[in-house]
Amino acid sequence: MRNIQYREALREAMQEEMRTDDRIFLMGEEVAEYNGAYKVSQGMVEEFGARRIVDSPISETGFAGLGVGAAMYGLRPIIEFMSWSFCLVAADQIINNAPKMLYMSGGQFGCPAVFRGNNGAGGQLGSTHSWCVESMFSSVPGLKLAVPSTPRDAKGMLKAAIRDEDPVFYLESERMLGLGARGDKDFSRYLANGKWAPPSYEEDDNFVIEFGKADIKKPGADCTIVTAGRPVHFALDAAEELEKEGIDVEVIDVRTYRPLDIETIVNSVRKTNYCVVVDQSWPFASVASEIASQVYERCFDDLDNSIIRVNNDDVPAPYNRTMEQEMLPNARKIAEAVRSVTYNS
Amino acid sequence: MTETNLVETNSETTFMGSAAQDKAEVDTTSSQLSNDKLIEMLKSMMQIRRFEERTMQSYMQQKIGGFCHIYIGQEAVAVGSIGATKPDDPIVGAYRDHGLALARGMDPKYAMAEMFGKITGCAKGKGGSMHFFDKEHHMYGGHAIVGGQCPLGAGLAFAIQYEKKDNVVLCYFGDGAVNQGAFHEAFNLASIWNLPVIFVLENNSYSMGTHINRGTAMANDLRAKAEAYGMRYAECDGLDVLDVYTTFKREIDRTRNAANPQWERGIIPDYKREGAPVGPCFMNVKTYRYKGHSMSDPQKYRAKEEVEAKQELDPINRLVNHLIDNNIATQDQIDEFDKAAKAEAQAAVKFANESPEMPIEELFTDIYVNPYGPYKKGGLPQMLQGKDLE
Repeated sequence: MRNIQYREALREAMQEEMRTDDRIFLMGEEVAEYNGAYKVSQGMVEEFGARRIVDSPISETGFAGLGVGAAMYGLRPIIEFMSWSFCLVAADQIINNAPKMLYMSGGQFGCPAVFRGNNGAGGQLGSTHSWCVESMFSSVPGLKLAVPSTPRDAKGMLKAAIRDEDPVFYLESERMLGLGARGDKDFSRYLANGKWAPPSYEEDDNFVIEFGKADIKKPGADCTIVTAGRPVHFALDAAEELEKEGIDVEVIDVRTYRPLDIETIVNSVRKTNYCVVVDQSWPFASVASEIASQVYERCFDDLDNSIIRVNNDDVPAPYNRTMEQEMLPNARKIAEAVRSVTYNS
Repeated sequence: MTETNLVETNSETTFMGSAAQDKAEVDTTSSQLSNDKLIEMLKSMMQIRRFEERTMQSYMQQKIGGFCHIYIGQEAVAVGSIGATKPDDPIVGAYRDHGLALARGMDPKYAMAEMFGKITGCAKGKGGSMHFFDKEHHMYGGHAIVGGQCPLGAGLAFAIQYEKKDNVVLCYFGDGAVNQGAFHEAFNLASIWNLPVIFVLENNSYSMGTHINRGTAMANDLRAKAEAYGMRYAECDGLDVLDVYTTFKREIDRTRNAANPQWERGIIPDYKREGAPVGPCFMNVKTYRYKGHSMSDPQKYRAKEEVEAKQELDPINRLVNHLIDNNIATQDQIDEFDKAAKAEAQAAVKFANESPEMPIEELFTDIYVNPYGPYKKGGLPQMLQGKDLE
């Protein structure tokens, strides 16, 4: 497997798509001359020029709305939010305009734009910069919500997002951008027992990961863990821990919250009869709540216990490092949840 | 002096009599316009007026729901400005969008059907009065969040510049929008990137029920808003279609010519530009709405006399008198135009009324281009699927 960083995967996806489609441009704060606040767009302005890699002023409403207008005209904007926390400033454009344009216009004007950036808590950035927006946006019809967890997924899903005719919210994580650079974070360790092997990293330019298809990151028989994005790694850590205790969990990475591959989840729960749902948004009305509810609707007779959700704690993100780490979902909390639902606590 | 005989008996709208006519000034710049163009503009304004009267009637009959913002009084703005565009210059507006859509060429039948919520409407009955869209005529929508369309206008202009087209975007909003962040951000982007967009302020003095002097700093000198962004500023009399047309023609041409050489020279649109931007323009069009903000507005915030005084400057009557005084059209011809406009509005209502009811399946279409979502029809378990969805 080719070992590239998560941020490199994002960059490659954009580069490959931009080379074949002149309509695609990247716009955001610091994306060009600064090479991206997190170096995702490093070197892209040299290759594509300032016409297509556009440094915008700090004005989220303005440039997010500009992206919507440009998409209505027929361009394929990639709008980068330095942090998804800042998207709240642009709420009218990305909630009222982007996802509803097709419906309001009776099918005349779509919005084939990608809005992407870092989602969730970074490193001690305090509450304003630590938003997890998935629960907020997954309730909006007309949006697609992609939450890639690995470099391979990051590339394949971003290519799919750019090619998609609908507005896609692409949630990355500051804490995952370096993923893949170190051997211990590239999933190879999960290969040790031979149970799970990620497919090799295709170099084909047409390598895309279709939306709405969940990925079973680790198969197992005893309990289903449903998650996406950064918590996938916590879930896999928990799986490793639980394996020592003889609990064989199945980790499902749903990859996209909208569309949601409920069939794969349901099939898994029917097999394992237990379910834990993990996401890094607040627990009240979270994505985990929705997935749990949908599983209940479909699998009531198959479940041998309640579904437990593992979320951020119900607090604004604190600055204090210890408290911040405690707030987030982690392997310990997930393992405890699994033990609890499988009566092994 | 000729009584124009344009009074709609079941409407509050009256056209001015001879006394007011004396006050109306005739713009000499009209000599630049062909007689055909003048007559075309008159017909277009009459079409909007009669359409809006039927809209009000239909609203009172509860055939139309929601918020409904009437354009009566502002016809000259849409007709004059859009008359100065090329047919493929994009336009985007706010919720008071009927006049813009009709001036742009939308068939009144589809406009009325939209408000009736019928599938034959311009947005399949899914947008309503505030959200008129017409791709064929490059009408990029009415947008109902105040100021929210300003960044869209900048985006359309960005796309035009990006694609090296020679179009100019007209982005309309009311005076309430100038206090919104979206307005200022769009101005800033248009200015730093020299985008080919005319920001059109349809300044009718009232943001809903708040007079502009109460809600807007520097209300008497809106030029300052443009100057703050180094943007070109122009203003015109929105009750005089000839003034609107000629001012827009001049500024649209400037924008078209100014914005083009930029990409021809290969200059990248960024802060390295030389000098001030010459593309974007802020156009303050002083107009007046005769009716309330929306149909639900009792207008307690302004005196009846104020409205009556403005009605004496009625933009349609001014053009009618100009045409008659200059022997461009006869009273008989004008009566015929008005008759046709009334008949067309009536036909629109008939069409909307007789259009079939919305098939309920349409509820689930146009959400995604690639339709797939968690709650697509059939996505719920069998036991939870209501029969009404079948």
